[in-house]
Amino acid sequence: MEKPLTEHIKTDGTWLTLTEYEETGGYQGLRKALSMDPLAITKLVGDSGLKGRGGAGFPTGKKWSMIPMGKDAHYPKYFVVNADEMEPGSFKDRLLLETNPHQIIEGAIIGAFAIEANFSFIFLRWAYHKAAKAITQALQEAYEVGYLGKNILGSGFDLEMSLHISVGRYMCGEETALLNALEGKRAIPRAKPPYPVVSGLFGKPTIVNNVETICNVPHILAKGADWFMKLSKSEGEGGTKLYGASGRVKNPGLWELPLGTTLREILEVHAGGMQDGYSFKGVLPGGGSTDFLTDEHLDTPMDFESVQKVGSRMGTGTIIVLDDKTCPIGMLRSLEHFFAHESCGWCTPCREGLPWTAKLLDAIDAGRGKMKDLETLEFHTKYMAPGNTFCALAPGAMEPLQSALKYFRYDFEKHIHEQKCPWKS
Amino acid sequence: MKVKITIDDKIYEVDQETNLLEACLSLEMDLPYFCWHPELGSVAACRQCAIIKYKDDDDEKGKLVMACLEPVKEGMRISLQAPQAHDFRAHNIEALMINHPHDCPVCDEGGECHLQDMTVMTGHNYRRYRFNKRTHTNQYLGPFINHEMNRCIQCYRCTRFYNDYAGGKDFDVFASHDSVYFGRHEPGILENEFSGNLVEVCPTGVFTDKTFKKHFTRKWDLSNGPSICHNCSLGCNIIAGERYGSLRRIRSRYNGDVNGYFICDRGRFGYEYVNSENRICIPLKIENGESSPMPREQAVREISEITSGAKKLIGIGSPKASLESNFLLRQWVGSENFYAGIPANEGKLIRQVIKILKKGTVRTPSLSEVKGYDAVFILGEDVTNTAPMLALYLRQAAKNQPGEVAKDLKIPDWNDAATRVVVQNATGSVYIATFHATKLDEIATQSYYAHPDNIARLAYEVMAEIEGNFKDETKVEAMDNANQPLSSSIAKAMLAAKKPLIVAGTSLYSEAIVQSAAAVANALKEKGKDPGLVYVVPEVNSIGLSMLSEQFLEDAFDKTDSADATIILENDLYQRKDKSSIDAFLKYQKNIISLHYLENTTTHQANYVLPVGTFAEADGTVVSNEGRAQRFYKAHQPDNDIRSSWEWIQEIMMDKWGSASFDEIVSSMVREFPELERVQDAAPSAEFREETQKIPRETHRYSGRTAEDADKNVSEPKPPEDRNSALSYTMEGFTGVPPSAITPFYWTPGWNSVQAINKYQIEVGGELLGGNPGIRLFEPKETTDLDFSDHIPLQFSPKQDEYCGLPLYHIYGSDELSAQSPAVKERVPEAYIALNDDDALKNDIREDDMIEVSVNGEKKRFAVKLHKGISPGILGLPKGLTETAGTEFPFTATIKLISHE
Repeated sequence: MEKPLTEHIKTDGTWLTLTEYEETGGYQGLRKALSMDPLAITKLVGDSGLKGRGGAGFPTGKKWSMIPMGKDAHYPKYFVVNADEMEPGSFKDRLLLETNPHQIIEGAIIGAFAIEANFSFIFLRWAYHKAAKAITQALQEAYEVGYLGKNILGSGFDLEMSLHISVGRYMCGEETALLNALEGKRAIPRAKPPYPVVSGLFGKPTIVNNVETICNVPHILAKGADWFMKLSKSEGEGGTKLYGASGRVKNPGLWELPLGTTLREILEVHAGGMQDGYSFKGVLPGGGSTDFLTDEHLDTPMDFESVQKVGSRMGTGTIIVLDDKTCPIGMLRSLEHFFAHESCGWCTPCREGLPWTAKLLDAIDAGRGKMKDLETLEFHTKYMAPGNTFCALAPGAMEPLQSALKYFRYDFEKHIHEQKCPWKS
Repeated sequence: MKVKITIDDKIYEVDQETNLLEACLSLEMDLPYFCWHPELGSVAACRQCAIIKYKDDDDEKGKLVMACLEPVKEGMRISLQAPQAHDFRAHNIEALMINHPHDCPVCDEGGECHLQDMTVMTGHNYRRYRFNKRTHTNQYLGPFINHEMNRCIQCYRCTRFYNDYAGGKDFDVFASHDSVYFGRHEPGILENEFSGNLVEVCPTGVFTDKTFKKHFTRKWDLSNGPSICHNCSLGCNIIAGERYGSLRRIRSRYNGDVNGYFICDRGRFGYEYVNSENRICIPLKIENGESSPMPREQAVREISEITSGAKKLIGIGSPKASLESNFLLRQWVGSENFYAGIPANEGKLIRQVIKILKKGTVRTPSLSEVKGYDAVFILGEDVTNTAPMLALYLRQAAKNQPGEVAKDLKIPDWNDAATRVVVQNATGSVYIATFHATKLDEIATQSYYAHPDNIARLAYEVMAEIEGNFKDETKVEAMDNANQPLSSSIAKAMLAAKKPLIVAGTSLYSEAIVQSAAAVANALKEKGKDPGLVYVVPEVNSIGLSMLSEQFLEDAFDKTDSADATIILENDLYQRKDKSSIDAFLKYQKNIISLHYLENTTTHQANYVLPVGTFAEADGTVVSNEGRAQRFYKAHQPDNDIRSSWEWIQEIMMDKWGSASFDEIVSSMVREFPELERVQDAAPSAEFREETQKIPRETHRYSGRTAEDADKNVSEPKPPEDRNSALSYTMEGFTGVPPSAITPFYWTPGWNSVQAINKYQIEVGGELLGGNPGIRLFEPKETTDLDFSDHIPLQFSPKQDEYCGLPLYHIYGSDELSAQSPAVKERVPEAYIALNDDDALKNDIREDDMIEVSVNGEKKRFAVKLHKGISPGILGLPKGLTETAGTEFPFTATIKLISHE
């Protein structure tokens, strides 16, 4: 089983230096890319079936192909790496950032070359201190040997890349809010259209790609689209995927597996099944903002399309496991408080609706719930449906809630009938 | 272009260039909204205008979309009434009201609150939220604006207006999620000159008028006059609201051609002098320094006797008085004895401006048209302080060039959210030449600070560059092109623009500036461009007054010996010229009759003082800087002796004018001054009726009418009659939408707030029903025989120990009347003298030092301010402050250090 993203990482807690990265075949993808026509690179990435790993699963090649090219395009163009990993339960980008920074940088240089961007930013979550050190060192190394700066490897292509450490808002994971933050403005989302590919950073054409997405790019360049497509078990989606599991499993962690590995395999084989004394109740398959799945869904392949078919989203592919000894209302309460706090305050449903749901869950959890509250919660899942809000934050926040109301309704009602949390003594 | 769309199964024709919210509102449909504002555009934050959009004819479910961000498309099908949309809007109100304090009975916005209206409109009536409300602390925001943050529904309109539109820097949105806060970083005075618009932009009671709060009354209890702001020359349209004999507030009156939705803070808050303790309310007779009140009839009789038998009268008019008052004074004293009450240097300059307006080939755009120009060259004017609303619209004009990129991306104008991303903070070509740094410099491509003569020389160089004449023409031989490369950059920028705009004015008393501005505009016109030319003049009726007379104060002073009576109309002469010359003039007048609103140095020297109405208690016509004649009406009929000046003159000249109506006075004036002919069309005549009824000044909800005076008399007095206009002093009458020039308030069913204006417009954000009010007196000519470049001034060079004194204008302070309003007074600066850094250093003078300035032989002391950008050899002295009133500019002065701070 091939693990292009993680096979070379070191286990001693240090990251690959430039020399070490080059020894593993690093920057070969870039060399190849610089000899290609930018449009051909975009086509190659499109053919590979790479889909965005930030959660939405938008085809990467398609995104790049939407950038205006040629003389009439507005310049400068920008290539931005979204390293603002803040999805509850998600820690996959962190591994890539802390262990192999050059893989990201190489991917970003190829991406920038493909869209003819001369400026690139890595937008990093504030709390990732080690990643910040790794990226800073790697950028310096890359500049020193001429992978960055003027006339990269004699190709005539110039690229300046810098690290931007965010001050920390979940909202910045949304690409347009990220761009606002990068411009020094409030991290609120922007109206679309125009999309960032047309009018992004400082109003200019911009690509924003997730860390894991961009890490795949050097390998696609080096080994080809067919190779990449074949890494996956799923039809039409290429590559491997970093899957994670947290919660009361025997072996919580992160594994690079073929895309489309089933939930069951991830949880039972790699995570080692449930800890003794705990039984499985459900999962959030792709981070805090995805719908619960239960044991009936365990044979679903973890790819964007299959998970969507069973009513959830693969999201970041980092699974949060709910066990029988944890109160689902307590879990939701904690999640909804997070989302309410992270709302940017721009649109009404999210700004007012999320705190309201959080307060309702507080009341139910504290034994002050009313049966009518369940109707109000149901209402909120519809009020904050996609399209009703300005961006995807609130609809995402409603995904665990709406599915919990479906799968764990008994637990909600029990809280209300008993006027206490059954999990608390 | 109009296209057909289907709304709730009916087909309508709508404008293709617009969005669905605007389209629905223009069709008179009630679709609620908060964050959208016709002038600020769409951002889709509040989610209140949700509707259902269907993919095609077979689509039954449709998709919920925000109407404000959906462009109109031919053949599209939408629904406002679909239950899904209807419920969403009601629930959205429920959500945004969870933290609202529901304090309508004690809120100044209550009864004219957009939030109230929209809540009722959506049908939301039951509150499910059962938790505590979040609360905020409020801030002190200065004398103009009251802050009550708990009422906020976070529509973001305030910051979009204050920061994005008006260029404010000391206000913003803070924090996030459900604790977003709109205010300043710390309590303090809101600095922006347009802060008062927050009162109308805010859909609820977060920002309210603090001056109104001091004498608050509900909207429905106001008697309103459609009026014109008298605080500068732009002629912004306002509504003056009165209750119990005092003027309670000023609101913007929409005029799509002039001020649009907004007015400046001087216009909004500078009204309180009307209620001053120093108001003259009854006729006064002054004998041996003793002032005694006198019955109206006696005053009229005595003044008639004095003046009817007089051999010679002198009449001094005023740029603050209406055309009609000035005209009747002129008729009273005889044309040869009528003098415009302004100094000759100012008057001659205004006559130059009128000549250019009349005979020039370049269009003078209306105030709101200014927004459509894409390159600006400002000559000499500190626009923010001399014509504030012009500065606001120049800021919008500056966004047009960078906005072209948004057009390329097919982003419609109304999509503010997207436009802002594309345009960022970029501004187009704006060049400013003044003698000191001005606030608009922050949007300038380049600023140039110099003496007015050198500003004019720069302009002539630009003209020559535009004409391409530097190489071989003799016309500009006086020029050395010393301002290269600036002059050629300006010329290039103006030629590259689609619509270049030249802005100048009379504020620096420089004929060279007035001429050179026209020269540049003319050169652009001859190059086939479509330029605009705007002149700022000093006062509300400067243009009107100077059309009635070409004799000025000095001309009156030369003929002091022979007059039997001198009538001074709405004018404190001590504001106009230095004290000694006014003293000398008044001393020799046998009988001085002063018609004024407030006691002042001039009224103190009069023999008779007649109480006259300010803009709030008078009818009349004024002509703005654009040459637009506009009518203003009394807000109420005072129950004392206060009358329009022309009404007093009419009474005194009973034999000749006693029976004339306002309209007949206008007709007589027009016969004598054919140029003013169109003034007759500025507003409907007094005979005008809407469905046989007059237009009531009081609202249909006016309460306690019969009880108002019940403590004095139980029988309801007959309301005063208004024989001079189609308006009445009652609540009865026509209740629909009246002609735009006589609209006293905005109120339609379901729309109690100022946003009811939507229903008074042909299309939302556009022209008023029946056309925007006001009549332009001048239009550009095809050809002109004017020569603007025959007097190119010599280069100004600073002299050793001798300075040129020029006026510095302050929005709060330089206008005599508004500065006497308590709230504005708080913002008036202390007098100072401004100096260039090097000049100060040379004289060992530092900031705040006290220096003595010898102004035309008179010695005055001022603290020093080292003013940014002030040119060497120039002193800046604030115009019109108590300590500087009457100073004539420019002056020559020497300076002497008195003491270090």
